[in-house]
Formats: sequence, C-alpha cells, structure tokens
Amino acid sequence: MTAVLPPPAAAGAPSAPGPVDEPGVSLVRGAWRRLRRDPTAIVGAVLVAAFLLVALAAPLLAGYEPGRALPGNGVTPSSVPGPSPEHPLGLDASGVDLLTQLVYGARQSLVIGVVSTSLGLAAGMALGVLAGAFGGWVDVAVMRVVDIMLSIPSLLLAVSIAALLGQSPISVMLAIAAAQVPIFARLLRGSMLAQRGSDYVLAASSLGLRHRTVVMSHVLPNSLGPVIVQATLVLGTAIIEVAALSYLGLGDGNPATAEWGRLLVRAQARLQSDPHLALLPGACIAVTALGFTLLGESLREALDPKGRR
Amino acid sequence: MSAVAPAGAAGPAGPATPSAEPPLLSVQDLSVTFTARRGSGRSEVRAVDGVSFDVRPGRVMALVGESGSGKSVTSLALTGLLPARGNRVEGRALFAGEDLLTVPRARLADLRGRELAMVFQDPMSSLNPVVPVGLQITEVVRRHTGAGRAAAKERAVELLGRVGIPDPRRRVREFPHQLSGGMRQRVMIAIALACDPRLVIADEPTTALDVTIQAQVIDLLSTLVREQGTAMLLITHDLGVVAGVCDDVTVMYAGRVVEQAPRRELFARPRHRYTAGLLASVPRLDGPRPERLTPIPGTPRDVVAWSEACAFAPRCTAGDDACRRGDLVLAPDAGAGAAPGHLVRCVHPAPVEQP
Amino acid sequence: MIRFIARRLLLVVPVLAGLVVLLFLWVRALPGDPARALLGQRATPAGIEAVNELYGFDEPLLVQFGIYVRQVLTGDLGSSGYTGEPVVASFVSRFPATVELTLAALVFAVGLGIPLGYLAARRAGSWLDGLTVGGSLLGVVVPVFFLAYLLKLVFAQWLGWLPTDGRQDVRIDATHVTDFYVLDGLLTREWDAALDALVHLVLPGLALGTIPLAIVVRITRASVLEVLGEDFVRTAESKGLAASVVRRRHVLRNALLPVVTTIGLQTGLLLSGAVLTESVFAINGIGSYLFTAISQLDYAVLQGYILFIALVYALVNLTVDVLYGVIDPRVRVS
Repeated sequence: MTAVLPPPAAAGAPSAPGPVDEPGVSLVRGAWRRLRRDPTAIVGAVLVAAFLLVALAAPLLAGYEPGRALPGNGVTPSSVPGPSPEHPLGLDASGVDLLTQLVYGARQSLVIGVVSTSLGLAAGMALGVLAGAFGGWVDVAVMRVVDIMLSIPSLLLAVSIAALLGQSPISVMLAIAAAQVPIFARLLRGSMLAQRGSDYVLAASSLGLRHRTVVMSHVLPNSLGPVIVQATLVLGTAIIEVAALSYLGLGDGNPATAEWGRLLVRAQARLQSDPHLALLPGACIAVTALGFTLLGESLREALDPKGRR
Repeated sequence: MSAVAPAGAAGPAGPATPSAEPPLLSVQDLSVTFTARRGSGRSEVRAVDGVSFDVRPGRVMALVGESGSGKSVTSLALTGLLPARGNRVEGRALFAGEDLLTVPRARLADLRGRELAMVFQDPMSSLNPVVPVGLQITEVVRRHTGAGRAAAKERAVELLGRVGIPDPRRRVREFPHQLSGGMRQRVMIAIALACDPRLVIADEPTTALDVTIQAQVIDLLSTLVREQGTAMLLITHDLGVVAGVCDDVTVMYAGRVVEQAPRRELFARPRHRYTAGLLASVPRLDGPRPERLTPIPGTPRDVVAWSEACAFAPRCTAGDDACRRGDLVLAPDAGAGAAPGHLVRCVHPAPVEQP
Repeated sequence: MIRFIARRLLLVVPVLAGLVVLLFLWVRALPGDPARALLGQRATPAGIEAVNELYGFDEPLLVQFGIYVRQVLTGDLGSSGYTGEPVVASFVSRFPATVELTLAALVFAVGLGIPLGYLAARRAGSWLDGLTVGGSLLGVVVPVFFLAYLLKLVFAQWLGWLPTDGRQDVRIDATHVTDFYVLDGLLTREWDAALDALVHLVLPGLALGTIPLAIVVRITRASVLEVLGEDFVRTAESKGLAASVVRRRHVLRNALLPVVTTIGLQTGLLLSGAVLTESVFAINGIGSYLFTAISQLDYAVLQGYILFIALVYALVNLTVDVLYGVIDPRVRVS
C-alpha cells in the first residue's frame, strides 16, 4: 500500500481554516499582539498600573504623614470621625487619615511584594536550574528539599520563618519568599526538563555545543515564559499573604507602618459600627491581587503557543 | 447559497450507476460552510460544496482527496458530528428515505450506532482511555438492542472474536492502552459492527496504523462488510486502499467532486487531470523499473475559488483561460468508451490511454 | 495495587524524615535558649533544668537529635509553653472540629465547583461562563479572614440568619461520642443537635471553601473543555449514546482526573485557611489553637503541629494518589 497524498492532519476534528500565523512573528511579538486585544489583560494592566502609580506617588497623594495619629482626632472606642473636607475617607481606628494610610499601604505592599517575590524567584530559580540542568542525583536531592518545603502549608512555612527571625520587615519578606521558593523551583525544573528533551536542544547538542552553553543560551531562555507568568501571579498572592501574617500578629513589628492587612485587623473590633474601616483596605488588597492575577492569567494564555488563535 | 439543482442530465444529482439496487444513502448537493467571527466582520469558508454521491447496499464507495479537500467534513456532516456552532450544512442526505440532515436529534441518536456506524482514524484517541474496551462495546449494544448486561457482554466477546482478537474473554476487561494500535482499531470495528449497521462510514481507518497492520484492517473491514451486505463509505487518501476494496470512487478537490466512477473505470480511464495526476504519482509494481513518478506540482493551498475558475487550474498542466469560468459542471464523461456513471468536472479532460 | 500503594508510602518517608531534621534544627536556631523557648511562660530555673535534661540540650547535637527522634517515634512531642497541655493530646482532642470544618469546605467547593465548571465549559463563551470565570478569579483574591469577617458581619450580625461562632449552641445538651458534632447528633439520634452543628458549619465552611471552590471551578472547566475536544467523545456521540451516559462515562470520568489531584493539593491550603477561619468563628479546632500558639510564639506547639500537619497532608495526598490509580487504569500499570 502506498500513501501518495500528504497524510491528513492527525487531529480528526474538522477545523474551520483559521488565520495562518504570519510567518516571522516571534513568540514575544505574537504574545504582545494578543495581549493588546485581550480585555482581561487590559483590565489587569490598568489595575496594576494604578496600583504602581499610587504606590510610587504616595507622598503626593496623601495629605498627611502615615502612622501618626492626629492630635484631638475624636476617635472614641465606639466611633471614628467620618469623611470631612480635610479627610475624604475619615480617620482610621488609630486616628490617622484613612486615605493616607491606604495610599502608603500600597507602597508597603509593593515593596514587600516585589522584594519577597524577587527573593523567592531568585532562590527558586537557582534550585530549579540546579536540578534541571544537572539532573541525576542533584535533581533528586533538590526535589526532595522542595518536597519537604511543599509538605508544610505555605502559611505555616512563613510562620516558622517569621518566628525564627522575629518581627521585622525583612522577616516578613523572607517568610513570604520562602513559601514561594518551591513553586518556582518546581516550575523551572519541569519546564527545563521538558525543554531538554525537545528536538532543538538535541540538535544544539549534536552540533557539539557545550552542555553549559546549551543550557544557558537555549534551555533557560525558553523556560522563562512560565516563570514570568508565575511571578506575576505570585505577586498578587504575596500581597494577600502579607495581610494574613499581619492578622496572625507576625507583621513587621512597627505599629506605625501603614499596611492594609494591619488596617483590616484593627478594624475588626469596629466591624459593626464602622464597616468601611475594614471594607476599604480589604477591597484594596482584593483589587490589587485581582490586577496581578488577571495580568498573569492573560500573560499565560498569550505565551501559550497552543492557545494561539 | 447554492439551491438544490434540478435533477437533469447535467445536474450533479443522481448519477446513474450500473447497479440496479436503489441507494441506501443518497447524498445530494451537500454543502458545509464554516463561519467564524473575526474582529468585527464574519468570514466564511465553504469546506464542502455541492457534493453528491450514492452508496448502495453491499458496495463500498471511496471518498478520495487530499487533506483539506472536505472528505472528512462530509462524513461528519452526514452523521451530525460537526461542532454545534460555527457551521452551516445544506443539501440532503437521504438514508433509507430519511434525510439525515433534518431528522430530529433524538432520531439521529437512534440511527447512530445502530443503522449507521463510524470507524475513526486514530484508534488511540478515539477510544476512551479510562473505560474497559468491553464496556465501550456493550454500551452501544445495550443502548440500541435493549440487551441485558450478560447478553451484551456475550455479544462483546463474540464481536472481539470476530474481528480477530485472540482470547476475547480476557480482552473485554482490558483498557485501550493495554492493546496494540491494530488491536485498538479492531475494537473500533467491533464497536461499529456491534448492532449490524446498514452503513459503515470509515474515516481514514488505517492512516494511524503501521503499514503491516493497514492491510489486515482493510481486509477485515471489507470482509465483514461483504459478509453482512453492509454498505460502506470509505474515506481515504490512499489509492492503494481504494484499489483493494472499493467498488466506486468519488474524487474530491477543494470541497467539490471532480470525478466519480466505478473503480475499474477510474483506474483505467482517469479523465480529470487531478485524478490522472494522483494515479501518475503512485509507483506501480507492474511498470518499468526505473519508472519516474510524476508529482502534482504545487500544494493544495494553491487554489482559487470554484466560483471563479477550476480550483485545480493553478496546479494543472492543461490549465488555460478556458478553465477560468465559474460554472464548471460535473457532467457525464463524453469520451469514447466511457462507462455509464462516469462523471467528470473538467474543461480539458485527460486523454484516454489506449492499452 | 498493593505495590503501587507501597511505593507511594516509601516516597512519603524521606519527606517526613527531612522535615523532622528541619524542625529539630529550627528549635535550635530559635533566638535565645531553646529550653526557654520551649517552655515559654512556664520557664522557671527548675523547669529549664528539667527540659535541658529531657532534651539533652547540653549534649552534642547528634545526641540531641537521637533523643528528639526517639521522642517523635514514641509520640511524645512535649507540652505547650503556655498551658502545659501535652501537644499530642491537644491535637487529638481538637482535630475532629477541624476535620469537620475542612470537610464542610470541601463539600461546598467540590459539590458546587464541579457542576459549575462543567456547565461553564459546556457553554463556553456564554454569560454563565463569563460569570463563573470572573467569580472564580474574585474568589482567589479575597483574603480568607476578610471573607470570614464579611460573611459573619452580613449573615450573622446584620441579618441574624446564622450563628456567629462556635460549633454548637451551648444551650443544646448534646451527647458527644466521636467529637464530630454532626456525626454525633446522627449517631445519638439527637436530630436538633446534628442540625445545629450543621448550621454552625455553614459560614465557616463558605469562608474556608471559597478559594478551593474557585480553583475546582477553574480546573474542572479547563479539563472539561479539553476532554470535549477529544476524539473519544465524538466516538461516544457517534454511537448514539444517551447524553447522560456521554457526560458521565466519557466526559466527566476523564475530566475529573486532574480535579482529583487538585483536591489533594487543596488540603494544605485548607489547613492554612483553617487557622484563620477557626479564629474568626471561634471554633475550637487545631486552627484556632495554632493561631494562639503563633501569636504567643509557643514553639513546642508549633513544632509538633507542623509535623502533624505535614503528616496529615502526606496521608491525604497518598489517599488521593491511590484514588487516582483506581480511576485511571493507565497509572496502575506504569
């Protein structure tokens, strides 16, 4: 028997002939093009941009100094002063201008989020590259360590780090970073192992390129897409975890720091009388995390070659 | 849209065939249009365009063409298996008098599996990986015959034996991944034959298999079909398969039928340039040894719309200005010695080689 | 199958062993004197002396490790630095409350998540799909304790529909056999007690179950979408099978495989979440106990509970793996 015609595509489903990807469009440029048309990505990007803007311009937006109670503020155990021309959102439970606290809270979240994610990313990538590049017993050893870290719920991992280091901003960042390390390590290793087996890596190796050259110039760059996506998603989670640590009393130790989680915790006692004290910081956390999540999810879809449509 | 053509000498409907028996399946002027929303506008692609053919009891009709010629879409449209949205199906497909394209879904579900059964291309992905093969056979038996659990299981064992699977009593409990590719396709065939259907539609049943297994599977299919007097529509791109088992051949190109004839006639006197090109590109065992194969130049992507010209013209050695008109009809072959029922859609038919 | 389970069990051992080493080092790395840290508020010169003796803190590190391992293996994890309650006993007595809460959250997440995810996939692109996907995104970005506050504020304090806290109304004189209150009520045929315990689970279950719900919805939707495009679904339809058979046997049985794995991985999230939820709703489970231990830096309790929780997590995931093997025949063979 002889097959004469080009065999039909293996996928049996009839597909409406879609637009053919223009030749020469790189993955990155194609992804960018898809992102610009994706409403999810636009909403995510707008939220993230707004958050960054507020965080960076905090001193300009806030009318007062964060964490400093205003004299004669009128805060009583049963009520806090509501909105007024001087204080558009009123005062918080400790007698500070609420808008100021929220704006500086964005700055705090950004700093903690970025630093902790960078730390987690760096450590996780180092472990992942180690495991993915060398394989063998190095891989086994690294992955066992990662398994151990994963066997503790991330919040408890953060708690144990925070307990070791005492209450300080650095301790919060390290605690959150530690919980991210296994995520990144696993991701990078998996993605690198998948790349190692792919045809173009075999081709590069068969051309006689050195192992390190192949890993660094071929495998690693191609594994980065998922890592960037994950980092965006993790930034959102980090902001929520900061709040959870504050709730557990493991915040940065300085009661004057404006931090959304702490504002939320302090408002708990006044939930009945002044729910806005809790709702506003809670909404800030949720909206910021949502921004990063939307952006991360749409990045994931845009970078996924299978999802190209 | 193209209206159903009036039945006439030049019309595509009702090609006369030597067999006197009435067709079991008569496809008349079938068209499938895929619609896609793109940005603000809509784009339409006509994947199947006015296709007609008949399948008679006990005979095998081959639907031949390259990928993208619309042959698989035709089979899915006939069985109502196209995606629910994004397409439009027109024309008629009379199956024992009922139009498959307009019957209620419930009636179609009754017909599928009992009266008309399908065998798909890739037996690995077409069988459910987490369900034992026995159950995948018994579920169709029980759905359509009302057989009990035990009777259905006996039937499954019997069917597996009939399609040549050794030790069927043990195999019914196994899962698809425990079987070889050829075995899996035999299971697919057993499923298709489970209710003694009147029509089997086999869509590239051998493409995903090893070459050595292909012949076995095709043999099995044709034997079973002939034993039962079942009609079969065999969709393939493999002319070897066509030569081996088919009675009639319909050649498709870019969504339209370009040539239709009994198998011997088509192989002996191909008239459409595309068909002739296909045959010339197959190596022949009985030809001279240092034979040069003649490939068809270009690719199936080099098409023009049928509404403007012969879609094959850009790749055709005989293509000229006469081919650039939009209403080329599928007409009985006017050449000397043409068999009845030989239809061709060509301005410059290939010359008939004298033996 | 037994070999499959045994192999998975063997994989758990090195993880737990590594964790024991880490927890051992952790206590030694704590700021200050480890004996003082373990005793917490109960630290007296005599007590410190006794703990130093017990744990061998004066001995070389290796000897200390030997002592610690022996204690772990004999099930002695020390006592709380604040109440003096033995860690193991406190865990055992509070665990049922947490299991009950976690199960409630899981039932909510899975019971609602799978149908929602399935429907969203079936009607991909519809308003229902958009709402589900949007809702599931919102579900993961709201901090658990904030959600717990909100639910409590709205449904318990403002509307008064549901109880604010606890596991059962104190006025109900219920008999407790297993310490799973709902189960107890059913076993002793005290229907009102069972119902009351169930009502008390609603808000905490919702709060704790929201994130897992969002995740289950998303995984189910993605997985069903993928399976719907598979050839074998088309085969099933070509056989004329009833829609319910296609859905159950051919779509869901395949699509739920990744969901099962996800549910196992949710356990860690649920246990973390329980720490926050239990404290908001004043449920006397391991979560609220841990919450207290964290805020008081009760190291003995933390050390023991982390080990316990890792063990629970490992066992749950082992069960899920075995379950997976039961549903997916391909795993059993390889």
